[in-house]
Formats: sequence, C-alpha cells, structure tokens
Amino acid sequence: MKIHKYDTVIVGAGGAGMRAAIEATKRSRTAVLTKLYPTRSHTGAAQGGMAAALANVEEDNWEWHTFDTIKGGDYLVDQDAAEILAKEAIDAVLDLEKMGLPFGRTENGTIDQRRFGGHSRNHGEAPVRRACYSGDRTGHMILQTLYQNCIKEGVEFFNEFYVLDQLIVEVNGVKRSAGVVAYELATGEIHVFQAKAVIYASGGTGKFFKVTSNAHTLTGDGQAACYRRGLPLEDMEFFQFHPTGIWRMGILLTEGARGEGGILRNKDGERFMEKYAPVMKDLASRDVVSRAIYTEIREGRGCGPEGDHVFLDLTHLPPEQLDAKLPDITEFARTYLGIEPYTDPIPIQPTAHYAMGGIPTNVEGEVLSDNTTVVPGLYAAGEVACVSVHGANRLGTNSLLDINVFGRRSGIAAAEYSAKADFVELPENPAELVEEQVERLRNSTGTERVAELRKELQETMDANVMVFRTEQTIKTAVEKIGELRARYKNVSVQDKGKRFNTDLLEAIELGNLLDLAEVMAVSALARKESRGGHYREDFPNRDDVNFMRHTMAYREVTGEGEDAKDSIRLDYKPVVQTRYQPMERKY
Amino acid sequence: MATPVLDKAEAEDTASPYITATFRIRRFNPEISDEATWEDFQVEIDPKERVLDALHKIKWELDGSLTFRRSCAHGICGSDAMRINGKNRLACKTLIKDINPEKPITVEAIKGLTVLKDLVVDMEPFFQAYRDVMPFLVTEGNEPTRERLQSPEDRERFDDTTKCILCAACTSSCPVFWNDGQYFGPAAIVNAHRFIFDSRDEAGEQRLEILNDRDGVWRCRTTFNCTDACPRGIEVTKAIQEVKRALITRRF
Repeated sequence: MKIHKYDTVIVGAGGAGMRAAIEATKRSRTAVLTKLYPTRSHTGAAQGGMAAALANVEEDNWEWHTFDTIKGGDYLVDQDAAEILAKEAIDAVLDLEKMGLPFGRTENGTIDQRRFGGHSRNHGEAPVRRACYSGDRTGHMILQTLYQNCIKEGVEFFNEFYVLDQLIVEVNGVKRSAGVVAYELATGEIHVFQAKAVIYASGGTGKFFKVTSNAHTLTGDGQAACYRRGLPLEDMEFFQFHPTGIWRMGILLTEGARGEGGILRNKDGERFMEKYAPVMKDLASRDVVSRAIYTEIREGRGCGPEGDHVFLDLTHLPPEQLDAKLPDITEFARTYLGIEPYTDPIPIQPTAHYAMGGIPTNVEGEVLSDNTTVVPGLYAAGEVACVSVHGANRLGTNSLLDINVFGRRSGIAAAEYSAKADFVELPENPAELVEEQVERLRNSTGTERVAELRKELQETMDANVMVFRTEQTIKTAVEKIGELRARYKNVSVQDKGKRFNTDLLEAIELGNLLDLAEVMAVSALARKESRGGHYREDFPNRDDVNFMRHTMAYREVTGEGEDAKDSIRLDYKPVVQTRYQPMERKY
Repeated sequence: MATPVLDKAEAEDTASPYITATFRIRRFNPEISDEATWEDFQVEIDPKERVLDALHKIKWELDGSLTFRRSCAHGICGSDAMRINGKNRLACKTLIKDINPEKPITVEAIKGLTVLKDLVVDMEPFFQAYRDVMPFLVTEGNEPTRERLQSPEDRERFDDTTKCILCAACTSSCPVFWNDGQYFGPAAIVNAHRFIFDSRDEAGEQRLEILNDRDGVWRCRTTFNCTDACPRGIEVTKAIQEVKRALITRRF
C-alpha cells in the first residue's frame, strides 16, 4: 500500500473532471485519478452540441433556456441551479472556444448554432437554434480540448487508477472526506490518496441496461463508493432513454440528426411525432419521443419482421449536408448496419443513455449527506452528480453544458476549500475495505460468473424498468436484483494475477452496478406517478401534490460481520422553485 | 429436385446466423512466462458482430485472463487498437464478416510499443510524443470578450486532423516507428497539424521547429501505412506532407 498526499484529488477524467482539473491545478496541488486514459472517457461519445443562448443566429436569451431546462425536467429541476446553468452557459462556450475548441462557424465567423430537442424560442413557441456544435463530434472536441489544456496547465494524471472507496471520517460530529482508496490496474497495488478535497467526476451508470449508448466502463463507481459509505443518492429512478439508438446495438445517433431535419417514421412511413407533439414534432423532449416510439411499436406500427423498431429518415436531406453536419453517425450506420443513409432510413430504438440522478450536491458542487448538510471537502460534478439541473428528464446538449459549468464550479470551490482547510487524519487501516474486497474476489472459489450475472441484470433492467414501468415490472426487477446480489457473494474470477487484472475489476464493477440498480428500482417503485423519464403505466399522470420532491436513497446496515444486512431507506427533499410554476407539459 | 429454389430459401430462413470462427490470439503474461505464445479459441458468433464482441465472448465465457483495453465499443474512444490479421484496426469497428472468418483470425498487440499483457501495450511513449508537439492553442495579446472569429473556410482547413482519437493505430503501423521509437510518429504530427493550420493559433513556427528535429517529420518515408490504418479516415500521410511543405515554405 502506498500513501499519497494532495490538496485536491479528482476522480475521473471526462469533461467534468478535466474542466475541474484545469481550475484546481491553478489553485492547489491536484491529482486526477482515472480508470481510463483521459481521452477514452465517454464525454467523447457525445455528438450533437452544447447549449448556450449566444443568440448568434437568431434571437435567444438565457431566461428562455432556463425555462426550457425546467420544463424539460418536468419541473423536478431545482430552479436556482437551472438559472446558473443557463446563465453561465454563455461563458462556458466562450471559454472552450478560447481554449481552442474548433466550433462550427457561421459565415460571419461566429460560433454556429443548431436546433435541438426541447430548446425553444420564448417559452415553447417554436424550436430555436441554441446548440453550439462541432460537426457531430462535439463531445470528442470538448474532451480533446480539455485534455489539451490539462497538458498546457501541467495537470498530474494517474491513469488506469480505479477509485474503489471514499474515506469518510467523523470529526466533532461532522462527516468529513479524508481521501480515497484506489487500485492501480498495471500492478494491482492499492494506493491511498489523502486529500483535503475530493471531487467525483466519474460519470454514469448506464451499463446496468443491455441496450445502451454507454461505454462498457460506465459502471457507477463513484456513486457506489459514496453510497456504501452512507451518503445518499438522489433521484436515481430518473434515467433517460435516448430515442435514437442503433437498433439492437444502442449506439447513439445524435438528436442533431433531427435538428438538421431528420424525421422519425413508422412502418407506414408516417411522421408519427406530429400526433404526439404538434409544435416541436421530432424535436420534443427525449422522454416524450422515446415513449412515442414504443407506443408505435406496441400498437403494431413498428418496422421490420418483428415490428420492434422505427426508422430515422435522413434520405430527404442533401448528401452534402449529411457529410458536413453528421459525418460520424452516417458512418456508424454504414459500418454497423451496412445501410447507406443517403438512400435508406436507419432502424432505431430508444437506448439507455443518461442518469439524471446521482450524488446530491448544491450549486457549488458540495456533496450533501442529507437534505441540507454539506460534507466538507467532498464535491461531485457531471453525470455522477445530481445538482439537480436535469430534474426528471435532461434536455439534449445540457450535459456537455453541465460538465463545463459545474466542473468549473466544483474545481474552483474544491481548490479554494483545500487552500484553507487542514487534512483530515486518515482512519486506521484506510485501505482495509478495498484490500478485503480485492482479496475475497481474487481468492474466491465460488461458482458464479461475472458475465452471467451481468447479463441477467441487464436483461431484467431492460425488461422491467425501461421506458414503461408498472408496480409489477418494478417488483420483478427488485426481486431479481436481490437474487443477483445474493449470488454475487459467490462470484469468482479466473485471473488470479496482479498485472492488468481486468477480470477482477469487471467483478468489482458488477458489484457497483448491482447496488445502484437496486437503488434505482426501489426508488422507482416508491414514485407512484409519471414524470419525465420515469413513466408508470399504473400512475400515468404527474402528481405534484405527493411527488413534487426529490428522492433521497440511503443505505442502511443492520447487524455486523457475517450477519450484516443492508437495505434501502427512502427519504425526500423539496424541489427549489423560484419563478416558474409547474404547468402541464406539452410540446 | 422439383423445387430446389424453394428448398434453398427455406434452408436460409431457418439457418442459424452463427458461425464458428477461430481466433488466434497472441498471449503474453510476464507473471506466468517471459515468452509470448499464440493461443486458439473457437467462438460461436454472428459474423455481423464485431471482433470486440468475440474477444468479450472469449473473456466472459472461456478465459477470463484474456486482457485488452476497451471502452465505448463504437470507434470513438480509441482504446482497442490492435493488429487483426496483420493490419492495425479498432476491434470495435471491425466486423467479423469483413475479415474472412473462414480462416483463423489473428489478433495481436499493436507493434512498436512494449507489450505489458496480452493486447495491452505501454501507451506512455505515444502520449509523450503527443505532448511534445504542444497540442494546445497558443495565442498572444488580450483575449476578446466574445469568441475569436474564424471563417468556415479557415475552420475547414484543419477539420480532418481534429478527428484524431489518439488510438495509436497509425503510429504503430509505421515501419519507421517500429525501427526507432524516437520518431514522433504520425499521430503526434497529425495533432501538430491540427494547430499549425488553425488560423487562431500563433505557435505554428515553434511546432514546426519541433518537427524539424532529427526525429521529426523528415523521418517519414511516405509508406501510407498510417493512412490505411486510421479508423477515423484521416488522410494522415497528406497531413504529414503538408507539414513538410510548411517547413520548406514557412507558409501555413
């Protein structure tokens, strides 16, 4: 075991982590721990754009953007946070441009903007061009630009270090962060990083679904580390299903395709979104479009021999426009489906895409241990966090925005905190939990296989807690997850070595997914209403009287040692409302 | 005999999409042996799936110790560059049907970088070369309040080289790099190109001087391996030629 000491430690090197690192490195001695090389992070998979009311191509302002974000989130958004997001969006885009990001340009040389789902002029009158983009690889360019600027600033990276535990110490009755414990992939060595401030920026949890746009590595490691140490997880029942994933594979095809004029069609060639969203049509918010697609499929208007998908039609767009604006996604269709998008429509289905919920934070990125109490020295930003700016459903282009605005904010806040705070003394045997976990898995002779359990988890999640949910399906999932968690205790790995033991790490990642899937399902079961990405067929309406509140899920442990049992306790937190009264949501 | 066509059609309808393919993988684990060896795995798989899917099938069902890097699984993160049937490719962008699954499919680590375990190589020298070309925008004077202006034509000038995902498929396909690890390699030059030809940047001269070095662009022998290997379709050799030309004319 090695012990390191840094002022600020950042967990994760995607957009949020690197945006935070650029700020934190300027102000404090900072280390970034990342389980991947930074440029492998899934920010790079984001395609369509980053929203900001620059008003470069038509009238726009940040107040309209705030409203769209709140309405898009089905009024579960904390409105003070949404206002910050929309207001600071403009500088966030300009900062990236100054860092070198090659945005698409207008004829005047300013940053060009395109339409995107749920973004509207004057509170829903018509779609507005608000998304700043770089072809259909905006996330790639953000990730590259931030990495380039990390090199420029001399950010210190620990690549292929998996953070597996968050150290929390109670000092004078206050829970404080003492640091993190990490596992080094190359050597199998365990490292303790003592730090005054820790920022989680480790991304989402999408791999508990089968059809997902998420990378294999998105296993909720940060959420799980905090949750296991008694910190709550907020709004985990809200997961976004992106309408246009490649059929069966789930690979993302950007909403920008519809922003450029692409149309969704059923087997009769009908532009079915006109029925569901007369004004915004194909550019309604993602939850609305995904439900519409599955409604078409369920009512027998799906395409293909099994009627299990619909088409994204780009054939009416000029090939030059597809080449210039959507080169990557058209290539995905060619590579993975053998389909030429110039002439043929692309088969698509909704794909698990984004966790709206996560580690609760305030607008400075400070992590909360209950509805109001801050954990001094602990921060979170990006998909791992829940501020909440996305509420029950995130708007497209608001996640690339979120990572930049709240990555920056948490980087500054954490470094300013570590400049004045002292180190919290490490607990005795700080690496104990991780050492025990790693040794148990390495030495286990159990008969359960990681891949089999993961497959069963993904199948039950797809079948039971996807776009449409009922009490019965969620209960089925809860039961199945419980069974899988029990079987997980009997899991073993084949690779017993220390060097690059990805077999072992996949087992640990599965443990994280199982814990988080259970939180998600239990939170979903208790929310007896439909709101944003959480749709209950048995409770199809939004219920502001009983459920205008955030879910807070806590892990409770009873008993000790072998007899220890854990369960989930649900609590609720009020939604911050400032100027927008909840209204019925129509697109 | 009377209805051979129908019979054939029926046979096709019921035929399994799965085939049995042999993956011949270069294994190396210094915890077990100093020697690398070839190992064959038989996999039942739909040929429309990716080589990465086959590697996962092997790891998840046959041998958990098989080690490779991967993340996004659709060709944008750059983790899984490897030598497949002797050619550098991304395992997640290569469909099995496209690489003749009738014969054993060979999979080995990319060349020119130290193999650490199975298909995992030491990427550090690769990223060091990238860092050495100053891969970030350098500007002088006061920053504007709004964005810097750039015409669509100026933006288009370096579009191709912004696509790079740093997978190292190009650099590790280059014979010059194999023979001499000191050579910057195509990927670093591509990323220098991305800034040299960006109208907003003011450090082009400095980058050109770095690449004018003994281990710089002049080592390129224009074999086009890099262009063939690039999974993003970047015209790598052309970018290197443009940097060479800029060095001679000092115009960019």
